[in-house]
Amino acid sequence: MTSLKTLTLSVSALALGTGIAAADPALIFDLGGKFDKSFNEAAYNGAERWKAETGGDYRDIEMQSAAQRVQFARRMAESGANPIVVMGFQNAPTLEEVAPDYPDTSFVLIDAVADLPNVRSVIFAEHEGSYLVGMLAAMASESNTISFVGGMEIPLIAAFACGYAQGAKAVNPDMEVIVNYTGNTPDAWNDPVRGGEIARGQVSQGSDVVFAAAGGTGLGVLQAAADAGVYSIGVDSNQNYLHPGSVLTSMLKLVDEAVYTAFTDGPGLEAGVVTMNLAAGGVGYALDEHNADLITAEMQAAVEAAREAIIAGETVVHDYRTDSTCPAF
Amino acid sequence: MDMATLAQVLDSTLRLATPLLFACLAGLISERAGIFDIGLEGKILAAAFLAAAIAFVSGNVWLGVLAGIAISVCMSLIHGVASITFRGNQLISGVAINFLAAGLTVVIAQNWFRQGGRTPSLTGDARMAQIDLPFAEALADVPVIGPIYNIFSGHALLVYLAFLCVPATWFLLFRTRFGLRLRAVGENPAAVDTAGVSVIGLRFGAVAICGVLCGLAGAYLSTGLSAGFVKDMSAGRGYIALAAMIFAKWRPWHAMGAVLLFGLLEAVANRFQSIEIMGLALPIQVMQALPYILTVVILAGFVGRAIPPRAGGSPYVKEH
Repeated sequence: MTSLKTLTLSVSALALGTGIAAADPALIFDLGGKFDKSFNEAAYNGAERWKAETGGDYRDIEMQSAAQRVQFARRMAESGANPIVVMGFQNAPTLEEVAPDYPDTSFVLIDAVADLPNVRSVIFAEHEGSYLVGMLAAMASESNTISFVGGMEIPLIAAFACGYAQGAKAVNPDMEVIVNYTGNTPDAWNDPVRGGEIARGQVSQGSDVVFAAAGGTGLGVLQAAADAGVYSIGVDSNQNYLHPGSVLTSMLKLVDEAVYTAFTDGPGLEAGVVTMNLAAGGVGYALDEHNADLITAEMQAAVEAAREAIIAGETVVHDYRTDSTCPAF
Repeated sequence: MDMATLAQVLDSTLRLATPLLFACLAGLISERAGIFDIGLEGKILAAAFLAAAIAFVSGNVWLGVLAGIAISVCMSLIHGVASITFRGNQLISGVAINFLAAGLTVVIAQNWFRQGGRTPSLTGDARMAQIDLPFAEALADVPVIGPIYNIFSGHALLVYLAFLCVPATWFLLFRTRFGLRLRAVGENPAAVDTAGVSVIGLRFGAVAICGVLCGLAGAYLSTGLSAGFVKDMSAGRGYIALAAMIFAKWRPWHAMGAVLLFGLLEAVANRFQSIEIMGLALPIQVMQALPYILTVVILAGFVGRAIPPRAGGSPYVKEH
């Protein structure tokens, strides 16, 4: 009994100790992993930038399985971290369960909406960014066939595909857009072999620009495109450098900006829904020294005009997530 | 489906079936000797990682393949020591191998390359080259023969090796003394022991061969099919191979048929988002689940019975 009491006391003292020590912000990565060269890595870069600029410290944790979602969010909240940035659309139910128990902790959910007083939900207008790269793809294509490789077949990824197809068809209404998804389990984000095979299949169907929105699987897609001598388009982070000359551009999603802002705002940050669209600079396409030769001045001018039109509201890009249909298919 | 599409799908089938075939034969040899091995997945993953890592560092893909085989054999021997020498539970040991590989590959890759648990992309000689069979170019325009010949041309060396392993495995198991003893040790180890042959030795031999084949499967994944290692890149292929092995009822030639079928299903699933068969639209999910459904059907005894080697899963205890 005595030993049990001592243990309980020391455990609570430990918990108290960490609670006082850490008012640091925290970042919980989704299943793709911290260095996926894409979505999660962008968040990591944002956090690192904040760390370098403010000299502050932050805590982070990588999830290994879906079963850990609630556990990790709770552990971070218990440890006193504030605010806590949680990555990934699959964490909406996680926060709906955890956030009400910690009303004094601010949470930031990236890529989904959780309607709670202490949660800021950051969503991105992926369809708008994909529209722009779809235009670039259509202008670069010589075969009038372009393609898309998605990870899991979920509304978020379908929104990428739909925006891409709309952009392509805005340039050329006869453009053929092939769409394939990798799978239905989380394995679909980490299967470069299958991604490569899908890309090869699309190239054999005539596609000469392949857009990958599939996490680690996308690396296999970009590789296969480079091997086949066709163009590819990266996603989330700037992936132009992976195969210079083959990666036409990357659909940027400024996740790093969202994380950086959340860390800067600190505890008690404003809750509600933040939409990172083209107007807010939350999405875009990548232009750097690796693809400078691939994007001609006319292509750039056309895309910039489309960007302005979307920001001004003259062009409306349909979001697949609103009604689960896509006008471009 | 036109001819070109068919050729592309079959071409893809051969590539996708290759790692499954290596892994399936690996499991087959191990289980024929009475050692269940659900650690195929882990061994493939470990081999994929080390093959890519060594190929990147040395710039030579074949050194990478050797390293992949070496690590896979090491893990097989761990499985062997746990389940043969110490008579532990073979399933638990296999699961442990899977966890060990899933964790270690990422940690070591991060430590070596600092790219978040992946290896850098392989280029040039660090990747497995495709071998064009003689006259492939010349025959390309010949109707019927040309496209068919070209399906078989242009693959990595390991693809051809995998298919050569099928008759080799058959010969080893059914035409050699070693094979006879190996099968006997999976059915009735006491009889083998009585004949004065080492049960332990035979079983270790079987798991070592299993390790070599898994090593080839993993090396092909990371250096042949893709260009580098990504965490969890085996993506369940070790389990599909086990399913294929049961589907083939532990027979080498049937195993080849099973992996080709499963490879074809995957290739078709990759190519089409839905399949129309007699006016019925089959969603892609059905194709992806089919290998498992077929295996369950076989296990349930609808299409003949699948009887595993009788002594499978039980460690051998010498009588005194």
